[in-house]
Amino acid sequence: MVIAKSNTLALQGTEAVALAMKQINPDMVAAYPITPQTEIVQGFSQFVADGEVDTHLVNVESEHSAMSACIGGASAGGRVMTATSSQGLALMWELLYIASGLRLPMVMPNVNRTLSAPINIHCDHSDSMGARDAGWIHLFSENAQEAYDNTLQAVRISEHPQVRLPVMVLLDGFIISHSLDRMESLEDSTVKEFVDVFKPEFSLLDAKTPTCIGAFDGLYGYFFEFKRQQEEAMRNAFQVVKDVGKEYGELTGRPYGVFEAFGLEDAEFAIIVLGSAAGTVRHEVECMRSRGIPIGMIKLRLFRPFPANELIEAVSHLKAVAVFDRSDTFAGGMGGPVFTDLRSALYESEKKPLMVNYIYGLGGRDLPVELINKAATELEQVAQSGQVKEKINYLGLKE
Amino acid sequence: MSWDISNIGQWTWKEHPPGAVIKDPGNSRQFKTGGWRTLRPIRDEEICNQCLICYMFCPDSAIKAAGEKITTFDLDFCKGCGICAEECPQNAIEMVDESKAQEAVE
Ligand code: SF4
Ligand code: SF4
Repeated sequence: MVIAKSNTLALQGTEAVALAMKQINPDMVAAYPITPQTEIVQGFSQFVADGEVDTHLVNVESEHSAMSACIGGASAGGRVMTATSSQGLALMWELLYIASGLRLPMVMPNVNRTLSAPINIHCDHSDSMGARDAGWIHLFSENAQEAYDNTLQAVRISEHPQVRLPVMVLLDGFIISHSLDRMESLEDSTVKEFVDVFKPEFSLLDAKTPTCIGAFDGLYGYFFEFKRQQEEAMRNAFQVVKDVGKEYGELTGRPYGVFEAFGLEDAEFAIIVLGSAAGTVRHEVECMRSRGIPIGMIKLRLFRPFPANELIEAVSHLKAVAVFDRSDTFAGGMGGPVFTDLRSALYESEKKPLMVNYIYGLGGRDLPVELINKAATELEQVAQSGQVKEKINYLGLKE
Repeated sequence: MSWDISNIGQWTWKEHPPGAVIKDPGNSRQFKTGGWRTLRPIRDEEICNQCLICYMFCPDSAIKAAGEKITTFDLDFCKGCGICAEECPQNAIEMVDESKAQEAVE
């Protein structure tokens, strides 16, 4: 196996993503240039100003317009990208559904930050979790390296003919976005070959084949049929995410799957976590394992579509599982989004672990190893006693 | 490219073009929209002076003309919006209740 040449860099998460965007060299980037925008677009604008990319950069007056412009650009047959965060994603709301409903490939890095009120700009997953049913693929990243790698792979996943869905690349606000991290970047030529040339399914600018995009469907109505097609595309995405992750692994030595398991084979209980917290959780899991405690972990990478079958297979032998959620569903005791999905996925399984939920880190509340240890110790008791005392727990809450 | 959409009501979800993209220009001709109508325009040929203003204003091109003269309303596409009646300077078009109009024909 020949691994492609790489360069070791120290970059912030936002810079790593901007670099990936530069190497992808999309036809168009439309973005709102002011806060809650991050340095992803600032960095990318610099590449445009310096003539290092061929991209047509459209500065718009809101995130709503940014996504609208991306929909226009993708309908015209372009490879388009934007980036956003927090309230910006919230302002894109109705357009998110239009991008996925029209089956327009595009990639959007989103720096995960919470939604007000009270006003708070720090990390949690409330922004993208709110958009979990908008028909976008969601890829979570643990660090700058993964944010970079996911951005490159997202292009291939999004444009795959069996998928053709927009993809969100998620990276934790500040913890990844603004922290300096050591990472490996690929050569421009390697990325160019990997992402290849976009072959759009249709183009509004193709005068020889006039197309109508976004037609009215409210009379006889086939809306239901189109939504079923979107669901099918999501089901197709599982294999595509795996194939692209494998190919990327062969290229870089960093293979990607739908999740990453650590120590699960001989574990009796495990923690499941998304995003940057996976690093701290892995550290604590390693420490506990070195003391002979049978704990393992899963870092979930693909959240939409939800890799239920693989997760069931991975956790069914466990006695207990703790799901860490960095957002809440406010469903009155149902727990966070990953918890509710996994619980629902396990419903039919004959063998299934007891489940507890830890909601943590809302509005940027820190998650130190001591808290992970507290949760892991409680989880061990659940596994040993076979009893769940408290199903939904708030980790780091003053109570 | 030309689709036969005559049977579209029977298509399964697998048969529709992804993203509802229409690559067959002008096929709205096969898509009759007259069923929306609750009011039907009736033109009084005695009063009409063939100025063709209604013809220009109809948003659905549902007013048919030949030799610069209005001939009929295309009821497969007239949605009964009443714009023609509103714009006619002669007040030559009356919007009548669709069910009553149908009864009158039968
Ligand atoms: S009622 Fe409306 S649609 Fe029908 S002929 Fe008049 S203007 Fe056209
Ligand atoms: S606008 Fe009135 S007068 Fe003029 S052509 Fe139409 S019906 Fe006749």
